[in-house]
This record gives sequence, structure tokens and C-alpha cells, in this order.
Amino acid sequence: MSMAELNNENVLKALTDTFGDAILHSEMQFGMLNVEIPADRNLDIIGWLKSNESLKMEFLTDLCAVHYPEQKGRELAVVYHLHSWTKNYRMRIKCFISAQKPEIASLTGLYNAANWMERETFDFYGVQFSGHPDLRRILNMDEMDYHPLLKQYALEDETRDDKDDSFFGR
Amino acid sequence: MVKMVEAPEGVEGQGFFATSLDKVIGMARANSLWPLPFATSCCGIEFMATMGANYDLARFGSERLSFSPRQADLLMVMGTIAKKMGPVLKQVYDQMAEPKWVIAVGACASSGGIFDTYSVLQGIDRIIPVDVYVPGCPPRPEQIIEGVMKIQDLARNENLRRRNSDEYKKMLESYNIETL
Repeated sequence: MSMAELNNENVLKALTDTFGDAILHSEMQFGMLNVEIPADRNLDIIGWLKSNESLKMEFLTDLCAVHYPEQKGRELAVVYHLHSWTKNYRMRIKCFISAQKPEIASLTGLYNAANWMERETFDFYGVQFSGHPDLRRILNMDEMDYHPLLKQYALEDETRDDKDDSFFGR
Repeated sequence: MVKMVEAPEGVEGQGFFATSLDKVIGMARANSLWPLPFATSCCGIEFMATMGANYDLARFGSERLSFSPRQADLLMVMGTIAKKMGPVLKQVYDQMAEPKWVIAVGACASSGGIFDTYSVLQGIDRIIPVDVYVPGCPPRPEQIIEGVMKIQDLARNENLRRRNSDEYKKMLESYNIETL
């Protein structure tokens, strides 16, 4: 496979040609290719995107999670933003995992940038990145005993007793 | 024109002046407060204006900022204090020598302000005692100066035994601050 210029069509074709059924779903959002893959395939598919000579997705722009409590069994989306500097191309990879067993392999072996971003994702969503060398909280205080961006937790500080909800429309 | 501090009330005669020790020490303290600026956000920028030539906090004897808590008299907390920073602020307060005063500048330091959220301390008075609150988001330099002048009033009129009193110790203990 050799591609002069990367675009959404030929990248998606290269992915489906190589991984077939492991490309569960794909869509374009704001002109950007989104691909859903099984959570247990994240290492080999993203590793292939990074090492493939005609793709060279060598930059992990962002790594985060999204909580969808209404999607039973696939409540947490782990989202990877990849960027190929040399080919000037960006794309998004999504893996869905369940909130009961929020585990996924760590990308720290592929990208050093994954280290802090996975710690942040663990801090806020409780995603367990197996193989991460130092998975502990990074932004919130160490004593915090929950993962605050999961939607079952209130955004507001729960220790306040001086706020009358009726003044705030709650 | 240099304006001198007025002498406290007392009995004056030829070659002597008698007043109470409280008043002399109060006057000296009130006019030589060394602030420790604990500036974390926009209120800190207003404080920089307060220290600048236009507003000039030095007029009140507070030109000497102390970035070490050990030489500071007045802790000025200006800005949002995240819960993660709470223990740091408390340690800074602990390290200050008595007598010490605290001023909470702005809505965030006073009550958490608009940040009613899991990560922000809802007012520094949850971890350390506060003497003066300055409202505003952020307050103007005039308001910060007003707050410092209120601290001057407190320092000027404080009983010298206040910090040895049981009441004061109880107040510190309610914040889990060790007393000698």
C-alpha cells in the first residue's frame, strides 16, 4: 500500500483491508474520520497506524474518555486523537468499555505522551489502563475517593449547606 | 507631604508621654504590616495594581512584601483555592508567626465564588481563620486597600493578651491548628 496523500477514504480503506471486522463502525464528523474498534484491539491497531510507513500516525494529540450512562455495557468511550505530522492527517479512534469493568490496555509503550493523559483519564473517569507504569491521580487531590466526571456524581461541591436550591432553580 | 502617624491617647507633660503598652504596640504593628501575597488568579492581578504606584499600598506601611511566611504578618489570599492546594495554604498559615492576620480577597477566596464545584475549596475559612473578607470579582484596588485598612484597625485595637486567651486557642483548635 502506498498513498501519496492521506484522506478519509483511503485511510478507512487501508484499515478495513488490514483489520476487516475489527473496524466496528466508522463515520465522518466535521470532516474527520472516526473509527470504532474493539477495546482489546487498541494496541495492535493503533500500533499499526503508528508504524505503517504510509500512515506514520506518530503523534498522540489527545486521549480522553466520555461517559454515556445510558449505553448499557458500553458506558465509557476511550477516545484517541492521532496525528500524522509527515502526512498532515488527523483521525479519531474510539473504544467502548463497560463501567463495571473499565479496563483497557495502556498506550504508554507506543507513545510517551499517553502516560499523563491516561493518568488524567483514570483520575476523572476511573478507567484502568493495564500496563501503565504509574497509574495514580494527577489533577485531583490524592484523598479524593471517586472519579468526578462520571455522571452519577454531582458537579457541585457537596459539602455546602448554605445554598437554598430554590434560588438556583434546582 | 509626609503624613506622620498620630500618637495614641495618653498623658503628656514636659519631657514625658504616658500611654498604655497596648496602644503603642498596636500603633507600631498596624503601620508596619508585612503582607504575604498568596495570589492564584485575577484578584492577584488587582493586588499588583494595589502595590503599584497609582494605588501604592506602601502608604500604609505595607510596602515590604514577604514571600517567606516566617517574616509575614498578614496573609493575603487572592484567588481561587483548589482543594488540592488547601493543605499548602494551611501550611503557609501554620508557618507564620503570631500575631498574624488573614484577609480573603475576592469571591473565590471568600466563598468559592462561581466555582461551586467538586475541585474548589468553598472559601478559605474552611481551613484557616479569616479576619477580613473583601467582596468582588475581582475587587478593585480601592476595596483591597479598604480591607488592609480594616486589618490595620484590628491590629491597632487588639488586646496584647488576645492570642494567649483560651478563646483564641479554641478557635485555632476548631481548625485543627496546633497551639503551643
